[in-house]
Amino acid sequence: MSTTELKTEVTAPVPEPRRRRAWVDQVLIYLLSFVLALVISAFLIAFADPDVRSALPYFFSQPMDTISAAWESVSEAYKALFSGSIINFSAYTVTDAIRPFTESLYTATSLILAGLAVALPFRAGLFNIGAQGQLILGAIVAGYIGFSWALPFPVHLLVAILGGMLAGSLWAGIAGLLKARTGAHEVIVTIMLNWIAIYLLQYLLTLDAFQRPGRDDPLSPPVAAEGRLPRILGEDFRLNLGFILALLAAWFIWWLLERSTIGFEFRAVGANPSAARTAGINVRRAVTGVMVVAGAMAGLAGMNQILGGSTEYALGNGIAGDIGFDAITVALLGRSTPLGVVLAGILMGALRAGGSTMQAATGTPIDIVLVVQSLIVLFIAAPPLVRKIFRLRAPKPE
Amino acid sequence: MRLELRGITKRFGTFTANDSIDLVVEPGQIHCLLGENGAGKSTLMNSLFGLYRPDEGQILVDGQEVHFRDPGDAMDAGIGMVHQHFMLVPVFTVAENVMLGHEHTKGAFLDIEAARAQVLELSHKYNLEVDPDALIEDLPVGVQQRVEIIKALVKDAQVLILDEPTAVLTPQETDELLEIIRGLKATGRSVVMISHKLREIKAVADIITVIRRGKVVGTALPTASETELAAAMVGRAVSLRVEKGAAQPRDVVLSVRGLTVRSATGQAVVDHVDLDVHGGEVVCVAGVQGNGQTELTQAIMGLEEFVTGSVTVKGQELVGRSTREVLDSGIGFVPEDRSHDGLVGPFSIAENMILDQYRQEPFAKGVRMKPSVIAANAEEKVAEFDVRTTGVQLSAGSLSGGNQQKVVLARELSKPVVSLFIACQPTRGVDVGAIEFIHRRVIAERDAGVAVLIVSTELDEVAALADRVVVMYRGKIVGIVPPDTPRGVLGLMMAGVPLEAALHSDAAHVGEDLAEAPLVVPAEAVEGVPVEPGEAAVVPGQPTAEQPLLGDRATTTPTTEEGGR
Amino acid sequence: MALDTSAPPAPVEPEIQLPISYKAPITMGVLGVFALVVFGLMGDPAKTTTFDLTIGTEAFALPDVAVPSMAFSVVTAVLCLIVAGYALVRARSRRRVPWWAILAFGLAFILSFLSWVAAGKTLPVTGLLQGTILLSVPLIFGAQSGVLCERAGVVNIAIEGQLLAGAFMSAVVGSLTNNIWLGLLAAVVAGLLVAWVLAVFAVTYFVDQVIVGVVINTLVLGLTSFFYTAVLSQNVETWNSPPVMQRIAIPVLSDIPILGPVLFNQSLIVYLMYVLVAVVHVGLFRTRWGLRVRAVGEHPKAADTVGIDVNRVRFRNVLLGGMAAGLGGAFFTLGSVGAFGKAMTAGKGFIALAAMIFGRWSPLGAVGAALLFGFADQLQQVLSIIGTPIPSQFMLMAPYLATLFVVAGLAGRSRAPAADGVPYIKS
Repeated sequence: MSTTELKTEVTAPVPEPRRRRAWVDQVLIYLLSFVLALVISAFLIAFADPDVRSALPYFFSQPMDTISAAWESVSEAYKALFSGSIINFSAYTVTDAIRPFTESLYTATSLILAGLAVALPFRAGLFNIGAQGQLILGAIVAGYIGFSWALPFPVHLLVAILGGMLAGSLWAGIAGLLKARTGAHEVIVTIMLNWIAIYLLQYLLTLDAFQRPGRDDPLSPPVAAEGRLPRILGEDFRLNLGFILALLAAWFIWWLLERSTIGFEFRAVGANPSAARTAGINVRRAVTGVMVVAGAMAGLAGMNQILGGSTEYALGNGIAGDIGFDAITVALLGRSTPLGVVLAGILMGALRAGGSTMQAATGTPIDIVLVVQSLIVLFIAAPPLVRKIFRLRAPKPE
Repeated sequence: MRLELRGITKRFGTFTANDSIDLVVEPGQIHCLLGENGAGKSTLMNSLFGLYRPDEGQILVDGQEVHFRDPGDAMDAGIGMVHQHFMLVPVFTVAENVMLGHEHTKGAFLDIEAARAQVLELSHKYNLEVDPDALIEDLPVGVQQRVEIIKALVKDAQVLILDEPTAVLTPQETDELLEIIRGLKATGRSVVMISHKLREIKAVADIITVIRRGKVVGTALPTASETELAAAMVGRAVSLRVEKGAAQPRDVVLSVRGLTVRSATGQAVVDHVDLDVHGGEVVCVAGVQGNGQTELTQAIMGLEEFVTGSVTVKGQELVGRSTREVLDSGIGFVPEDRSHDGLVGPFSIAENMILDQYRQEPFAKGVRMKPSVIAANAEEKVAEFDVRTTGVQLSAGSLSGGNQQKVVLARELSKPVVSLFIACQPTRGVDVGAIEFIHRRVIAERDAGVAVLIVSTELDEVAALADRVVVMYRGKIVGIVPPDTPRGVLGLMMAGVPLEAALHSDAAHVGEDLAEAPLVVPAEAVEGVPVEPGEAAVVPGQPTAEQPLLGDRATTTPTTEEGGR
Repeated sequence: MALDTSAPPAPVEPEIQLPISYKAPITMGVLGVFALVVFGLMGDPAKTTTFDLTIGTEAFALPDVAVPSMAFSVVTAVLCLIVAGYALVRARSRRRVPWWAILAFGLAFILSFLSWVAAGKTLPVTGLLQGTILLSVPLIFGAQSGVLCERAGVVNIAIEGQLLAGAFMSAVVGSLTNNIWLGLLAAVVAGLLVAWVLAVFAVTYFVDQVIVGVVINTLVLGLTSFFYTAVLSQNVETWNSPPVMQRIAIPVLSDIPILGPVLFNQSLIVYLMYVLVAVVHVGLFRTRWGLRVRAVGEHPKAADTVGIDVNRVRFRNVLLGGMAAGLGGAFFTLGSVGAFGKAMTAGKGFIALAAMIFGRWSPLGAVGAALLFGFADQLQQVLSIIGTPIPSQFMLMAPYLATLFVVAGLAGRSRAPAADGVPYIKS
């Protein structure tokens, strides 16, 4: 063996370039992802603007026409987005000025609750695409109790809330049970259950028990006053008890995950099912349990949709909107932690509330919000890409 | 073909897996790489094979420097590799696996006939019997290994790398493999064989390179004694013999009767096993990997699905109970694959320390867990079991293998009431220092009156720990023998030969390669008897101060030459 | 030394065997009894069901077939039970129920149902089947996309987005150029672009494939809806009035009774679909490309060690899958109504995904499953015209319920490619 070409190892510490700490990097990635998403969307808004498009053909002769038209359309749109979601500076009263933010929170309520329904299963290694269906079931039962039963105020509301939770639990429990018993993939099962829920709602709305008297269209009677979620900032603002409930629910999920034996099981099953099984944890029961709790959260979201007044307290085919799907974005954005979900839910609520204002004020379709939110999630999911775009160095490994 | 590695260095993060390694493989040579688990042998070969890119160093083929970007390049250069974990697609046939990557085509379509013919031709030529149309998943591991060799030969490999090829083979299958290796050498090919099993290496090698902690510590000829090789491999004389007194067996704790376990496909993987383990004794289950030992322990733990028969611990029937009930009846269990079954990687060390006790006081009250109690418990255990970490809130996945194993052991050994302790491969992938520690703890449990059941494929470990040895083959118990049973006899029993026949056959073959005296030098011989330093058979490698050469070890720890040589 | 050799004990208890899986016979039995009772015995013995086997374009017409509703339902239900009995025999001997038995069961069950549901009426069978093919088109394209991706180990949840993008771009380009071929090409390119995003994030940056897929669906939905509202709906004439494909009858073949009009009197995109399925099937199982793709999906490391660039194969297959799904998206516009509508794919991508799983990751199996879904959809439309005893919402629900049963019951054990969804990260 040749020993002549030995290299002496240099172990002297080479001064490392100064690097950011991991959490700073994290926050930076979030901010940059948000900025990137807004920039890309700005191009779309500009391109969709008729003035810009009419100026575009002579871009090379008169570029300023295009640029100024683009600037105008984009800045108007984003201004409207801001004033519709945070503070309206051009309002004449304080109430009107701060209304946008309360609207954001109001819109965020269902998103937070449904986001929890997706985030919790994520922690247990399950992907619940079925929040939409669970939400619909929650809305059906809470709504039915709300408009067809007659009970005094707090009791009626409480029963309706519980009914909604239970219905959501049940619907999600089907997926959990099938996953635990037969190994059926929860993604497929929950997607199927979503569609079944949609058609179930459509069918129910054709029945006399659900039909509003004197109407032919699929619309239920309004929920009785005793069954509605009371507003918390006075009648001027739509923000209601639902938001407080959502915060409580988030706190509960945090406690469940981080401080309870049940959550310990959920997390263990999510991180390493075979080690969990070896440690005596009943994986099947945990899988079913996770889905049942998640379904309760989605059921609460459905309850909030109908008892919170976003559809004039009546059950219709559009009761769920796209909240069950936006919830996935919320959960991803919030990194599946309860606090993250609350913050992400508020951000998305703000985008939604601002988006409606934007559409009304500048004609920019609210669908751009979908683009913004999905771009943010995409970029956040791939930090190396964001670093590459902004030429950042990776953070110091912990 | 002459292959040369110069100054190969490969780092993973801050860990240097290979540190400036030099290696020359001459044509027609069987070159063995000897080293412990984790010494960096496989990393080196993966660098050579283009799976890793070395951070520094050169690879030369016939004096020309080459750069392998991927295994394809390495294969084009005439290098073939049989990986420790077979690189075969389970749902493909033998022929499909062999042709993958350099397919024969007829027009636009695969020419499966040509591939079949090629497999048949090579299997005849090198005595590698295999059916080209069989699905890989239906084949026993020994045959799968032949497919791997054929795969390499199809590409006309001049240098064949075998990574731990005997880990899954019986001694007899191992003999067959060594014969195949000699046959390859006869055709002028060279073979690089990675192993930590001294006997095999001595049986087949032309030259031995010893690697320790990522560095070449020396080269040796096969005439070097096993003791010297072992010492070079681990850096100091090994004392695998644990200090222990005679067992003081008490009442039967574990009683297994007619236990049968079936796999999902209905095969009996444990077949009518009867076994008793008394309090205060260590029973070791020996056998080649995959002969039902793992399933036996899993069945006891309630982790197998199709179980019949009876398992009682202190008279309590366990078959049909859930794993939690089994654990709660006072059993400590160390599973075979700790990162897969023993630990939750992303969880903190503190959480892993209570992984199967999280519901019990004082860690929880009702459903409420007590984070501060859990953390305090972990601090205590980390100190007691010498887990090297900077904090109990770090994830268990960030620990080294040995420290992960200590976490599992700490958890399982410090349960309040343990009457039975079961451990599978308790020291696999664990460094030598930790092995000694673990063995001492196991013996301490025994001496405290706990019934201990150990599953191990390493005969050295079996010899060190056992009070009785149970040999399993194809799910059945071949025999139960004392720990001083000759290695050759154990080897034959591990191949399914009943004890009487094994004793007879072993006596007739004394002196053959695999039926030698035990590798491990008796403890009394290691301590106290001074011996001469190594002879000319040992060639110095890289002399460095902190890495003593083979010849230097006598100055630090006295060892003895094997008798009769 | 005292050798304590344990003699092998005489087995006293009977040899245990694997528990018999009664899933299939039980499922079949329950459905068979249901058919017998509900469709058969509770039917109206006075009514007849007429099966209309012609559509009017054939060279020669078959006469209508009229059967007594109740008797026919009973006979077919009994057939179902016979097959269930056969499945039970197979199960008891621990053998799998052959696919043809499942097919026969399905056929008998459907006939039993049809005879009941259309009692006293005429059921246009040929028209029903022709529509089935048409409604299956996007599902089949989408499912092939799924097969192409997942066989290489990449989960493709983004089929929905690829279909939607294909529909959008084919409508826009088709309108601007008034050319069907360019519209089709645009659909392919759109699918490719969406797939490229999936590939970059999932293959290059190892982001969770399911998550990327879901987010991409939202992104495409947002983009197409945005441009639909902001641009397309502002000037429908220019942006959203593409040409529509016409049926092309293949001479001779289209004159075969029943099968002719169903298979060979369809629009261009259907014929393209035949070609695609054949190419994917043959390619996957008979060519070097297919062998490598399957190896990458089953055991990427093994593929890597023989010099196959795993992530390149995956990247390429994701793109190919995207192109297939994009083309399928053109069906929604050029292949049927012409104009693009907001979110017009309406979850068909997810049904395609289910069809692929239902079809056990095989190109032909996926076609079978897609046809079943298409059939349920078309049947619902036909029945709503001729009038039925069942609320239409339940007919709409049927394919999803069926998938649920299949995923949980029959195909619970079906094997996905071993490395499906697992990013391949080289050290």
